[in-house]
Amino acid sequence: MNPIPHWGIFITEPMILGSDVMIVLVSVAIVFALTKFRKWGWLWREWLTTVDHKKIGIMYLIAALLMLFRGGVDAELMRTQLALPNMTFLDAEHYDEIFTTHGTIMILFMAMPFIFAMFNIAVPLQIGARDVAYPYLNAISFWMFFLGALLLNISFVIGGSPDAGWTSYPPLSELGFSNGPGENYYLLALSISGIGSIATGINFLVTILKMRAPGMTLWRMPLFTWSVLAACILILFAFPALTVALALLLLDRALGAHFFTILHGGDPMMFINLFWIWGHPEVYIVILPAFGIFSEVISTFSKKATFGYGSMVFALMAISIVGFLTWVHHFFTMGSGADVNTFFAIATMVIAIPTGVKVFNWLFTMYRGRIRMSLPMMWAIAFIPCFAIGGATGVMLAVAPADYQYHNSYFLIAHFHQVLIGGTVFGMLAGMYYWWPKMFGFLLNERLGRWAFWFFNIGFYVCFLPQYALGFMGMTRRIYTYPSGLGWTVPNFISTIGAYLMGIGFVFMVWQIIYSIKYGERDLTGDPWDGRTLEWSLPSPAPHYNFATIPTIQGRDAWWLAKQGELSKADFLPAKDELKPIHMPKNSGRPFILSLWFFVLGLGLTFGVVPMDVIAGIGIAYCLFRRSFEYDTDYYIPVDEVIHTESALGRLQG
Amino acid sequence: MSGQHPSTAHATPSFPWQYVIGFILSLVLTVIPLWLVLDHVWKPTPLVIGILLCAVLQIFVQLFMFMHFTHGDGNGPAYQTVILSIGFFFAIIFIGASIWIMSFGYQVQ
Ligand code: HEM
Ligand SMILES: [Cu+2]
Repeated sequence: MNPIPHWGIFITEPMILGSDVMIVLVSVAIVFALTKFRKWGWLWREWLTTVDHKKIGIMYLIAALLMLFRGGVDAELMRTQLALPNMTFLDAEHYDEIFTTHGTIMILFMAMPFIFAMFNIAVPLQIGARDVAYPYLNAISFWMFFLGALLLNISFVIGGSPDAGWTSYPPLSELGFSNGPGENYYLLALSISGIGSIATGINFLVTILKMRAPGMTLWRMPLFTWSVLAACILILFAFPALTVALALLLLDRALGAHFFTILHGGDPMMFINLFWIWGHPEVYIVILPAFGIFSEVISTFSKKATFGYGSMVFALMAISIVGFLTWVHHFFTMGSGADVNTFFAIATMVIAIPTGVKVFNWLFTMYRGRIRMSLPMMWAIAFIPCFAIGGATGVMLAVAPADYQYHNSYFLIAHFHQVLIGGTVFGMLAGMYYWWPKMFGFLLNERLGRWAFWFFNIGFYVCFLPQYALGFMGMTRRIYTYPSGLGWTVPNFISTIGAYLMGIGFVFMVWQIIYSIKYGERDLTGDPWDGRTLEWSLPSPAPHYNFATIPTIQGRDAWWLAKQGELSKADFLPAKDELKPIHMPKNSGRPFILSLWFFVLGLGLTFGVVPMDVIAGIGIAYCLFRRSFEYDTDYYIPVDEVIHTESALGRLQG
Repeated sequence: MSGQHPSTAHATPSFPWQYVIGFILSLVLTVIPLWLVLDHVWKPTPLVIGILLCAVLQIFVQLFMFMHFTHGDGNGPAYQTVILSIGFFFAIIFIGASIWIMSFGYQVQ
């Protein structure tokens, strides 16, 4: 590798110096607090070594919220720079770095862990399992993601961030134009966390196919679980394309290969092709789980079964298949020819059909339902108009000849923020509010949540609607400043105000969480929303082993039917004489240590420090070797302990 | 939960010949294309065909030697066969469509 670390950047830039100081101070404070309150052992035993899907889910959630904050700060910086013409708040180089890290972090290190948080928190509980199929692998997935994210985040203070865009197209991302370590950071951070993502896809696919409680047929699965199944299929077949694209680019940069150079027979367009073979399915990977959450939330808060369950499942599956056939719409302007563009334009428009079916089903679910406007439902309802606009502008972009006009303008920016924020982020927030009591055993304060909701929603439209207009007025993406007199000033200024409003919304959300940790209402029933699916039959938070006895499922929304008296509620409570020792996986520190070695490897490759790579390689091999010869991986929870836990919860029968 | 966890099979292992042979085969099938390219043995068209052939053989080695393509666990359908068939389907589409998409380059040259 040929990096020229900009060590000087450490001290010359006041903003980076400030961040350095902040990071050191915060780290010292954390170390101090952990030592003072003797929490190191707790941290290691309860979190760093855990293989419990519920705890892994919580860690994903915390990481996602932190990354939402980091990506959000990036966004506010960019909007500040663009608020008025000829601003000098950020220079071009800095602006490039910030839009690159913003996009990369929001997609890979905010949206992905957020959906994985929801997978982990809800899926095993919804299908009546005690953990995922491969709990140890699940821990590896988390730590690979976490340390991959860390690798990208430290680039800002050590050596300089990537600045070739989140799409990282060559030749810009090749050595000739990105000679520093920044692009290496990008490639390695994404490769490392990508291993975790593929593993999660496999893990949940197997969990859903093989670990369902007796009687939980595929046709009785909750729609969120179905959406996870669809998303896992997408992950499984899309992520390898990204891995290949990143690996080839890394070979170009590190070993002087010519896959994507113009010289020596390479073709930069091939990177773009590979990137979007992953990239388009990726947008569906992050939206389908949100669809699943909306189905759960809307049916729960309307007190009705989801309208058209079968068509919902069919739509999910159709999207996950056709979603693989649309990727060229991201580079219509490459000019592959009318035949290619026509095929992919039509395939893209076809996707809007199953999506539309889902929207109508949600509306019909609400129709004549007894609607309760709690926070999860508010976010779900807010999603519908937002996504309708985003979908419509998507179809406009899918008209290949018209896309020559819209492509890479602010119209495109407005489109994908509308679907990503209005779809994925709203969905994940709905899910977070919905399952929060299940995770932590208390409810989030409703009033502060409403403030957050209105600031964020109004801010959203104020921020992004003007960007459609800006796109038509000719403003292109990724420009760091613009002259006055083009008519762009007013819409840009309004847009920045909207961004600040969303920032205030986020602050309210943080306030809400902190306030509720202190004063939140406890969830003693385990079923605060009068839910329908299996997770609400458990106490909040669920015991370590989830189900003392695995229930036999006799219908769709079985818990709801039991509460209506159509099924026996006793099926969901453990009987003393039926209890057996419970088989559980043991904790392990190795997933964390293994991922640390990957982090060292990534850092070594970024800066071309060979000894570091060799040592990390040995560390990784050693961890894998130890795992291969490990047989003591599980244990049994004795019946006494289960009886103790369950009777303390007041659930034991007989 | 025994029986529920697909990962915990505790049978005493016999020597894994299948893996060793598979490993050697996969190395050989990787070295051949590398050698073909580095030593400029063939002209471009046969070269591409040769590489593709090795790649396809490699897929079969991976599937049958390592990935237990046809094995079930006696506990429900052999889902992996379905999933891997979908994989084949997509692989063919990705490769075929990529050739279709990228072939515009020839008109420019
Ligand atoms: C009805 C559904 C949709 C249609 C028809 C559609 C269509 C399109 C088209 C044609 C483009 C490329 C435009 C261009 O580059 O000129 C695009 C870009 C994009 N779309 Fe969508 N889209 C849809 C839904 C979604 C969803 C659900 C998401 C994510 C949750 C999404 C995220 C994105 C992103 C991130 C980009 C731009 C990426 C970039 O260039 O940086 N889209 N969409
Ligand atoms: Cu797309």
